[in-house]
Amino acid sequence: MSERIDEHTDHMKYTDDMQAIDHDIMDRVIAEMDAYDADVYTAADVKAALAAEECSVENFKALLSPAALPFLEEIAQKAQKETRKHFGNSVMLFTPLYIANYCENYCIYCGFNCHNKIKRAKLNAQEIEKEMKTIAETGLEEILILTGESPKNSSVEYIGEACKIARKYFKVVGLEVYPMDSKDYAYLHECGADFVTVFQETYNSDKYKTLHLGGRKRIFPYRFNAQERAIMGGIRGVGFAALLGLDDFRKDALATGMHAYLLQRKYPHAEIAFSCPRLRPIINNDKINPKDVHEPQLLQIICAYRIFMPFASITISSRECARFRDNIIQIAATKISAGVNVGIGGHTGEEKGDEQFEIDDGRGVDEIYQMIEKNGMQPVMSDYIYV
Amino acid sequence: MTVNGEAKKLSGDSVVLADFLVQEGYKQGRIAVEHNGRIVPKGEYGQVVLSDSDTLEVVTFVGGG
Amino acid sequence: MKEDKLVIGNHEFDSRFILGSGKYSLDLIDAAVKHAGAQIITLALRRTTTDDAANILDYIPEGITLLPNTSGARTAEEAVRIAKLSRELGCGDFVKVEVIHDSKYLLPDNYETIKATEMLAKEGFIVMPYMYPDLNAARDLVNAGASAIMPLGAPIGSNKGLCTKDFIQILIDEIDLPIIVDAGIGKPSQACEAMEMGAAAVMANTAIATAGDIPAMAGAFKHAIEAGRTAYLAGLGRVIEKGGSASSPLTGFLKN
Repeated sequence: MSERIDEHTDHMKYTDDMQAIDHDIMDRVIAEMDAYDADVYTAADVKAALAAEECSVENFKALLSPAALPFLEEIAQKAQKETRKHFGNSVMLFTPLYIANYCENYCIYCGFNCHNKIKRAKLNAQEIEKEMKTIAETGLEEILILTGESPKNSSVEYIGEACKIARKYFKVVGLEVYPMDSKDYAYLHECGADFVTVFQETYNSDKYKTLHLGGRKRIFPYRFNAQERAIMGGIRGVGFAALLGLDDFRKDALATGMHAYLLQRKYPHAEIAFSCPRLRPIINNDKINPKDVHEPQLLQIICAYRIFMPFASITISSRECARFRDNIIQIAATKISAGVNVGIGGHTGEEKGDEQFEIDDGRGVDEIYQMIEKNGMQPVMSDYIYV
Repeated sequence: MTVNGEAKKLSGDSVVLADFLVQEGYKQGRIAVEHNGRIVPKGEYGQVVLSDSDTLEVVTFVGGG
Repeated sequence: MKEDKLVIGNHEFDSRFILGSGKYSLDLIDAAVKHAGAQIITLALRRTTTDDAANILDYIPEGITLLPNTSGARTAEEAVRIAKLSRELGCGDFVKVEVIHDSKYLLPDNYETIKATEMLAKEGFIVMPYMYPDLNAARDLVNAGASAIMPLGAPIGSNKGLCTKDFIQILIDEIDLPIIVDAGIGKPSQACEAMEMGAAAVMANTAIATAGDIPAMAGAFKHAIEAGRTAYLAGLGRVIEKGGSASSPLTGFLKN
């Protein structure tokens, strides 16, 4: 039986039922982040980063600094060059599918948090199949399965069943669910999932504890090490993100990059992906906004990720507007969602549960597909084989 | 006995390795010895008794890259 | 400037020049070591003779770390045997693993080298494997317990320089251990280039052994290696290629 976690629980200590693994990477990421003073970097550092053949950690820090903002055009040019080198002109398409929105966490910025009065629901197997069938008919071959974070209401077995159904309709199955132990990831891999994304939200653990007041998510290291446990469980690729705007976005972006960088060095076979979400308004709180992360800053971060880890997949969220998304896929992002519905059961018309946040770009698969082609890029539904 | 690939006749029965090395003129501080495929620690040179069927390798450092 | 040490298996060195001792006469070793400023010198193990031939150990100055190689080994097991015999000579735990079963090019066998590295690391050796610069093999060597990685620049004794430059650069970028370029370095300028790339050290033998003036060439290498190291630490400046800037800027779409 798992213990109750509330705002008095030590957020840096694993509970007894959590798999604890080596914390070397976490220590190094936090040390790098703590030592990072973005204001000491100068135009000369940014120029050096732009000229470097291989982007070092120092170069990455310079690219994320305020000094880099006046060089945004040059940075975008370099990012585009790197993207083209590694991905050609291809852009991957996918869509998220929320199968449940029950949540046991209390995260004050999230629409799913357990104290937010929203309509809760969970799709059963027939409903999941119906939603997936509808999505597959649009031509998509990659699906991202999401739940709220409730191991009780959305058990590993339940998620596993969803993965098995997904394998029938899609070539690529990704998961964005609550962090779990390696053995659970291994089970979900067996069920057909091969990619796991976990947002750390903020890497500043002091801030983290003030935002995550209850539930297993409060335990910072358990969330931090989710990607590593997923790789240990045989998952092929892992995704990283900080929710930009929660804390100092430069430090969070640095930590996100370092997290991915160090994990890739430790597990060279792992595929790496970044997401770049900014805060969005939620039901019952339309005041939530990304604060100082304006579009130029967001572009700066995405380009810095690209230059630092040129081979990584970068997903652009439907939180962003069509104009931004249409442009960023030509510069640095390589994956874009289409036909997005962040409620429960929304793809077949009858929404059973409320959405996690407000989306901005609601265009369907056809529209996104055409937009990509119109911009001289190539839409790709899947480039992957499950082995 | 075979020493570094060459046949060698022992001077008598129960010759001890330490004595053999002195007799043969090896520089004690500059060699390592393998007796029938086993490395002999320096401290055991006095305890290893040689017989005619044994194989001995006596090695030292030379220039190398 | 903060201290810049080469660290191999918890041992610290100021010099980043590892000097080979093969192919030249013993009475030049002392001068070569001194001109090179080297703190590590490599040796090989061979059957000894009983005559009064001079022993190389009598010619190596005090305080120099000996790095015996396993030359002659064709398999991991043979390399382990040679390494253990070397250690029995009482000159420390360092070993340069070298497994070669190709008599024409003398290229190292990465697979056997990984096996030998694992066995020797478990026995407490400070293992420095000589290898063909392959990233996967290098990672396996890290996991096997190596203390440094020694990729070749070109075949042993060829003096051809950094033929494998791009692949050595990958090792430097991806591997957290010291990368020491070993073999093939023929000129001080090539040693300097390796150091500019971020190599932790350079090992050279034939280039010095076959020089007209051995101690002088050892000194030339020392200066080249130091210059390359300083350049690396200073951060190489590069001219940003301007080219034609894009006709339509990429960032024109942004709104604040």
